[in-house]
Amino acid sequence: MPHREVWTLAEAGEGKLRQVSFELLSRGRKLADKLETQLCSVLLTGSMSDEDLEQLIKRGADKVYVVESPALENFTVETHSNVLLDLIKQYKPEIFIAAATTTGRTLMPHVSIRANTGLTADCTGLEIEDGTGNLLQTRPAIGGNILATIKTPEHRPQMATVRPRSTRPAPIDENNAGRIIRVEFKNNLEDKRVRRIGFRKNEDQGIDIQSADVVVSGGKGLKKKENFALIRDLADRLEGVVGASRDAVDRGWISYPHQVGLSGKTVTPKLYFAVGISGAIQHLAGMKTADTIVAINSDPEAQIFKVADFGIVGDLFEVLPSLNEKLEEVRSR
Amino acid sequence: MNIIIPVKQVPETSNVKMDEKTGTMIRDGVESIINPLDLYAIETGIQLKEKFGGLVTVISMGPPAAERAVKEAMAMGCDGGIVLTGKEFAGSDTWATSYALSEAIRKIGTWDLILCGERATDGDTGQVGPGIASFLDISLATYVSSVEDIDNGLMVVERLVEGGYEKLQMELPALLTVVKEISYPRLPTLRGKQKARVTEVPRWSVDSAGIDKNRIGLNGSPTRVVKIETPKVARGGKIFAAKDEESLGRAVDELVDFLVMKELI
Repeated sequence: MPHREVWTLAEAGEGKLRQVSFELLSRGRKLADKLETQLCSVLLTGSMSDEDLEQLIKRGADKVYVVESPALENFTVETHSNVLLDLIKQYKPEIFIAAATTTGRTLMPHVSIRANTGLTADCTGLEIEDGTGNLLQTRPAIGGNILATIKTPEHRPQMATVRPRSTRPAPIDENNAGRIIRVEFKNNLEDKRVRRIGFRKNEDQGIDIQSADVVVSGGKGLKKKENFALIRDLADRLEGVVGASRDAVDRGWISYPHQVGLSGKTVTPKLYFAVGISGAIQHLAGMKTADTIVAINSDPEAQIFKVADFGIVGDLFEVLPSLNEKLEEVRSR
Repeated sequence: MNIIIPVKQVPETSNVKMDEKTGTMIRDGVESIINPLDLYAIETGIQLKEKFGGLVTVISMGPPAAERAVKEAMAMGCDGGIVLTGKEFAGSDTWATSYALSEAIRKIGTWDLILCGERATDGDTGQVGPGIASFLDISLATYVSSVEDIDNGLMVVERLVEGGYEKLQMELPALLTVVKEISYPRLPTLRGKQKARVTEVPRWSVDSAGIDKNRIGLNGSPTRVVKIETPKVARGGKIFAAKDEESLGRAVDELVDFLVMKELI
């Protein structure tokens, strides 16, 4: 029996497709190839042109299902859930993955309950099991202390959210061909109980620490609020954003959206700098899947050095200025 | 305004030790605590009660010892609690847990608002809050960082999303999952502790809560855990000491070379 389609949920904001949409295609392409089935990207949005949607095809989608309506312009879980459930009932996909963003982690649980199927949160690995064709979903749990592999043997679709940046976006191939299928929005699917009535951007620029390539985080070792200037300086030079430990946030040195760790955000950047952070298990849970970790701390016994690819034991107030100077030198070369 | 707060008892994660051979968690000597992220929901619930009146009821699904988590919440100022317990619940995944809790909450009767922590620090899924809202078919907002207003059956909240804060107006009844930014949890008071000590926490079973046995536990769960591994954490990176000007200079040079080699700058 041929397998049914593999679906990925595309996300858009301000009329543009978000990067995570392409990361999911990278995951989905492998799964669909192994199952010898089609990869489909699903987008619910206010409106989007064929030209923009073609990007999903160039990055590997065989089909793009798009539902457009002013009611889908902003994310409200109830209406989006109604539409997705309707699509699932109509097309019966085998696998359905979304990004573990605030949207994915709200929408997918809501849908999976109503679709009467299993959902695995925040996966870092997805594979097809030989023989059964089941989706093996691997995810960190208990603060990253274990990796659990989970499957949904009987219920369909098999649903998972995938940690953003845990894979690279699928590359563009101009030769890829596919179909755009516009599915009509049914007005009775609009749920008006929840309305978005405003949005305020974070005062800081580039505060989305989960989508940054480089995160430079500061902790208790900075001693006071003003010293975060050193962190910002380094972050700017590395074209990164500023993160923080819980200690720094709780002391009021920097706002909560910057917090990395168990009670903050989990980040998977290419480069993570931990400066003046001892590396409590709660902090490690939020950053240890980063590609490269650099730690600067005065305590040679600090836990952070255990997860570091490169460490400097020293006074951050000497190391950072020296590093900033050296980076300036390298740049001007 | 009556509020329900589902809470979970979790192992204290800062002391988690793994058995290297079996890849399982060593539970001996590990203290159970109330999920730290639930404290923000509890504090928010108590504040809303202080402002609008009503009762705050805590519910926890787990072993009978989950009563401790319920009593801790009562010591902070919640009015009462329920423990949902029985061997039939063991092995429930997030679908089955959401189902069981939603049925028990239905049974509690009249309430306006359900508050949940963003996720539990052991399972780390964050799926049960949205799952309960889905089963009960009530308004849902996740990652809520502030409750701005409640008036005439409508509530206005802000939620923390990528790049900013989104303001939502939602009809009650509603379920919110909250983030740390929403409140600063108070400590239990002596009076609260005394009250918690003498108050009986009813234990609800599958039958008393009217729960369908076939939809909970391992058999009622769509997902299966097939493998548990302990990831290797240590990376064995290069560590340089910067003790004086010379060693500092060398360490920084090495770091920059390392970043260049990794094509990070």
